[in-house]
Amino acid sequence: MDYHSPANFAEASALAASATGITRFLAGGTDVLVQLRSELVTPDTLIDVKKIEGVSDIIRNADGSWTIGVAATGAEMSEHPELGGDWPGVVEAMDLIGSTQVQGRATLTGNLCNGSPAADSVPAMVAAGVTVTVTGPDGDREVAVEDIPTGPGKTSLAKGELVSAVNIPARGDNGGDAYLRFIPRTEMDIAVVGVGVNLRLDGDTVTEARVSLGAVAPTVLLVEDCAKAIVGSTLGDAALDALAAAAFAACNPIDDKRGTIAFRTEVAGVLAKRAAKIAYARAKGEQA
Amino acid sequence: MSKFHVSTNVNGDSVEYLCDPRETLLDCLRDKLNLTGAKEGCGTGDCGACSVSVDGRLVCSCLMLGVEAEGKQIETVEGIADGDVLHPLQQKFIEHAALQCGICTPGILVAAKSLLEKNPNPTEEEARYWLAGNLCRCTGYDKIIRAVMETAEELREAS
Repeated sequence: MDYHSPANFAEASALAASATGITRFLAGGTDVLVQLRSELVTPDTLIDVKKIEGVSDIIRNADGSWTIGVAATGAEMSEHPELGGDWPGVVEAMDLIGSTQVQGRATLTGNLCNGSPAADSVPAMVAAGVTVTVTGPDGDREVAVEDIPTGPGKTSLAKGELVSAVNIPARGDNGGDAYLRFIPRTEMDIAVVGVGVNLRLDGDTVTEARVSLGAVAPTVLLVEDCAKAIVGSTLGDAALDALAAAAFAACNPIDDKRGTIAFRTEVAGVLAKRAAKIAYARAKGEQA
Repeated sequence: MSKFHVSTNVNGDSVEYLCDPRETLLDCLRDKLNLTGAKEGCGTGDCGACSVSVDGRLVCSCLMLGVEAEGKQIETVEGIADGDVLHPLQQKFIEHAALQCGICTPGILVAAKSLLEKNPNPTEEEARYWLAGNLCRCTGYDKIIRAVMETAEELREAS
């Protein structure tokens, strides 16, 4: 295995473009090292991005949007004094992943590029309308988070391409987000169902919404019917029931040891309602 | 395949080693520096027996490569005591019999020290969540939590 620690993303991209065999990028390493040690994936080329300047930065831009470096850890996001105020759902979703030790290494970008349908931070990012900057041999392009995963363990990134930044939009006025997941215990487990909700209000009425489901299909889903169910409403019982029904209809899960198809589908609706209520309360400036 | 030369700092001492890029920091600590306090329980970041602190951040040394330690400040359980004087956490673990087989103990001591440095006055719930990534199959955790909570209290009174 060749190990490289390039000084910039163009160099990282060029290394990957010219590499033969299996290439992996190393940020926090909490998935890459497990796969390496268990011999599931033994890369021929490992490209460590942590020596690139600014990769651990969490920056609020002049327009209120956020740029998160690809090696910024979950712990650094949770400790940031303002990020969680703007995007509590994204920060809480990231914070649900693993132990204190894992939080000290794990990154949003790694969680996304690992391609797990059950990745906790991904539905929260999709709901928030997060994009990633992808650097490749032909330069940079900006891609919506929901367009990165293409199936379990698979992404749309081409040879020589890597994520070079995470871009979170400006929170703006009267908005709120939330992420909830179901696991069979209180901590340290993989989502059976995850739901991210992000919405904006005009008075009491929902004017914009994005709803994302995790662990109920081969990729994290952005469900437009869920958003339609609550836009224009004041999140009354009828809207919440319509939201749950849309989530129910969007599910295409598998049976496995953590949950059955029937259970996951049922819980997706329940969590969608609860997450929407939290996001709504946050959009109104209430504690939730 | 050529090996990588790594210069790093462990428990205040400058150290160097040569490693294969596939070797974890845990491998390097144990096999090259003979610091065998950190243990490999699972090798997948689930059990916390390999916990060390890197630049003040608690991590699993099995989830970090030896080459990534270049230029870092690493603290292991071997650096916790002050010579022959045990750290208050170590003393309390003995008093409370907060260990049986001892495999998890170095990782729990490092993790608990990291908690008390960040939060000198944790609630029991905070301590339990902080240590949720450190598995112990002997004690049932109560003695560990009591030892940590009592150490926190004594350190607060002493300061």
